[in-house]
Amino acid sequence: MSNAQIERQWTSRLRHRVVDKLPPERLLPDTQPAYVASWIYVFGVTTMAALGIVILTGIILALDGPQWWHSSSLGHFVNSMHLWSVEIFFFAMVVHLWGKFSMAAWRGGRSMTWVTGGVTFLASILAGFTGYVSQTNFDSQWISTQAKDGINSTGGGAFFNVLNLGQMLMWHIVLLPLAAVVLTGLHVIMVRVKGVVPPFDDNAEVSA
Amino acid sequence: MAQGWGLGALINLDHYGHYIQWHVIQISVANLIVIILMVATFVAALFAPFPGRRNRKGTK
Amino acid sequence: MTKKAFRPDVDAPDYKGAYVPYDIIKEGAIAVLVVLILTAALAIVFSSPDEKAVTIKTWSNADAVDFAQTAGDELTGTSGVAGYGAPYNNGGESQHWGFLSPEKWIGVHIAINTTNDFVINPLSDQPAQPALTKALNQWKSASSTTQAAWGAAYSKVEANLTYTNGQVHIPTTAAGPIPVLLNYVTQMARSGALDQALIAQNGFYTTNYTKPLLFISDGTYFAGLATKQHLAGDQWGMMNETGQYPGQAWLWLYTFWYQISPYNTSASGDFLVWGTMMILTALLILLPFIPGLRSIPRRLKIYRIIWREHYATEA
Repeated sequence: MSNAQIERQWTSRLRHRVVDKLPPERLLPDTQPAYVASWIYVFGVTTMAALGIVILTGIILALDGPQWWHSSSLGHFVNSMHLWSVEIFFFAMVVHLWGKFSMAAWRGGRSMTWVTGGVTFLASILAGFTGYVSQTNFDSQWISTQAKDGINSTGGGAFFNVLNLGQMLMWHIVLLPLAAVVLTGLHVIMVRVKGVVPPFDDNAEVSA
Repeated sequence: MAQGWGLGALINLDHYGHYIQWHVIQISVANLIVIILMVATFVAALFAPFPGRRNRKGTK
Repeated sequence: MTKKAFRPDVDAPDYKGAYVPYDIIKEGAIAVLVVLILTAALAIVFSSPDEKAVTIKTWSNADAVDFAQTAGDELTGTSGVAGYGAPYNNGGESQHWGFLSPEKWIGVHIAINTTNDFVINPLSDQPAQPALTKALNQWKSASSTTQAAWGAAYSKVEANLTYTNGQVHIPTTAAGPIPVLLNYVTQMARSGALDQALIAQNGFYTTNYTKPLLFISDGTYFAGLATKQHLAGDQWGMMNETGQYPGQAWLWLYTFWYQISPYNTSASGDFLVWGTMMILTALLILLPFIPGLRSIPRRLKIYRIIWREHYATEA
């Protein structure tokens, strides 16, 4: 097989595209621009760390089924960790959002980074909601019977039945974690590809 | 009212919540604390000195 | 070739300045450790709420009058669920804004007939008893006009329904078999058999609690428990959690609309709120493409604090 033939292969073409766009030293950099010098920059990674703990505690909860935490003190503790890591997740995500907005971080071809971040926010809210209605207690009953009215009003209730525990639980533990992880992955890859947004050029504005 | 597992907690939150009312706004003390903490964290993150200044001054 | 104008809210300057060492893996590891410790601390100190679920058995034992009245509404097709509309039935008008009514367009997909699903069918599955069988036959063989007349007679005196000595008392003789049916369904509820009947209609296994949840939500007992916990819609309930726990602060804007007109007065209030939130969400997600909105950060100048060291070095 000639070199030209090898290079025309789908595998070769995909690998070249990926490595050109995101070489290893950009995926896992060992330097960063000097302007990345503020505590506001830690909230993205904090959000991701919290997501990791949410998923880890969710995995442990899955081991013994959705009723486990009602009758086991260990189960209840893991449930508590799952709840508080979610609170930290949203806390960090919103502070991260405020920071990125303040920096107008979509500048310089980074609009899709902002868009994926926003969609991840939405997916997270949905994931949290399906979690609340999967608790199999009074909270689930109340939240689901209230939420049904909003969702029904859009016609979505015909397909997304919040009173159907089986459906809600499967969205919560299969579909939405997948969505959250994929969206977060895309978001982070975009940050690595484009780099952290540079500061506004205030001197240019002043001299203009 | 407490049928929950407040017994497992060091601080038992299984009592009816306290709510603050201001015109049309009603907010629980817990949620208000969370929101105040978020704003305080944001402001602190903006102003707190960030370590490694010597590093950044030295390199070019 | 003309040089493209630099748009400060869209374009970013080329950075030609210094780079500094950065350990991304170490940063990630520290973040995980910090969040893990913080999570464990919060879990140890505050734990998490677990209020026991309401069943039809607990409801009917705690408030038999409320249960019997609700069952009466379900039987006569005058309950909230009976008149809900899509996706459950055609009993009510769908929510809309002008001609826009996706609820109506999509229609009934989760068919609920409260008369049969909540009362007649569960009672019919019970072991035969002469008085119950007679009442069921009387109901089933009656025309819809007759049933409606019985229902109207019942509705007139519903507020005076009482429960004493294990019996439901309805002060009218013009409601046909309704008093007998309500008596039996209340007994069935108090024994726990109705909870089972409502979920087992489709067979042994189910994970779908639509019917018992809709039935429970039609009563005032359930809503009363929620109101005590500040979870009702007009109490900003969507943001709140049971007890003194923090809830879902990020839902503040979604629940805010339910507190003000026209959202809290319109029959299509839910649809209006969703529509409003969909527009605002689109604005948030598409912010980079919206002139004016995307200029706010530059005008707010918070970035001057974030990048103060950079600007000082540049100067």
